[in-house]
Amino acid sequence: MDQELLNTIGGIVAVLGSGVLLISSLGLIRMPDAYNRIQVGTKASTMGTILSVASLFFFYPGWIGKLIVLVLFVLITNPVSSHVIARAAYHIKVPFSDRTVIDQLKEKKEQDDRRALGRKVRTNKGGE
Amino acid sequence: MDNILLEIAIGITLLSMVMSMYRFIKGPHKVDRIITLDVLTVSSIALISFIAALLDKMIYLDVALVYGILGFLGVIIVAKYLEKGL
Repeated sequence: MDQELLNTIGGIVAVLGSGVLLISSLGLIRMPDAYNRIQVGTKASTMGTILSVASLFFFYPGWIGKLIVLVLFVLITNPVSSHVIARAAYHIKVPFSDRTVIDQLKEKKEQDDRRALGRKVRTNKGGE
Repeated sequence: MDNILLEIAIGITLLSMVMSMYRFIKGPHKVDRIITLDVLTVSSIALISFIAALLDKMIYLDVALVYGILGFLGVIIVAKYLEKGL
């Protein structure tokens, strides 16, 4: 394959990656509440950045080592940061949107509380 | 090297960063601003990589890596601060 064709392929992949980044910022504007924005922002921007960085391989095949390090870095750290943001948002009680129908974490916590209460009552009876 | 597709990609990335700034300015809650900071950092990694390809300088990839580490640490620290204080 000659370099001209590789350059064209790399350019197309680069435009695809930046298009995914554009979609992520569009979702950041359109989505109704903070949790949906976390979802759309981090997922789409991970995909867009990986495509953008991978497109450089077609221009300069000698840069493969550093590009792999960059892709792995983005792939590892982005889910971590999105998880930390979502956890902080839940704990400081950021409001849900009107169309949210289920909150499984709250149900789980109530279930655990009820179970712990039952265990305490039973141990008290055993002590008497 | 001059590649018209690469320049178009840089333009689209810049446009997406400007569109994200809308949520950074308006965002009704603090959390929205942190999310936008995260998205802007990750977009900047892509932008710096494009510039490295355009200028044919491999050292810019190191700049992108360090910028990513700093942005990641900033997001983690601000989220922890929001959750339970310093």
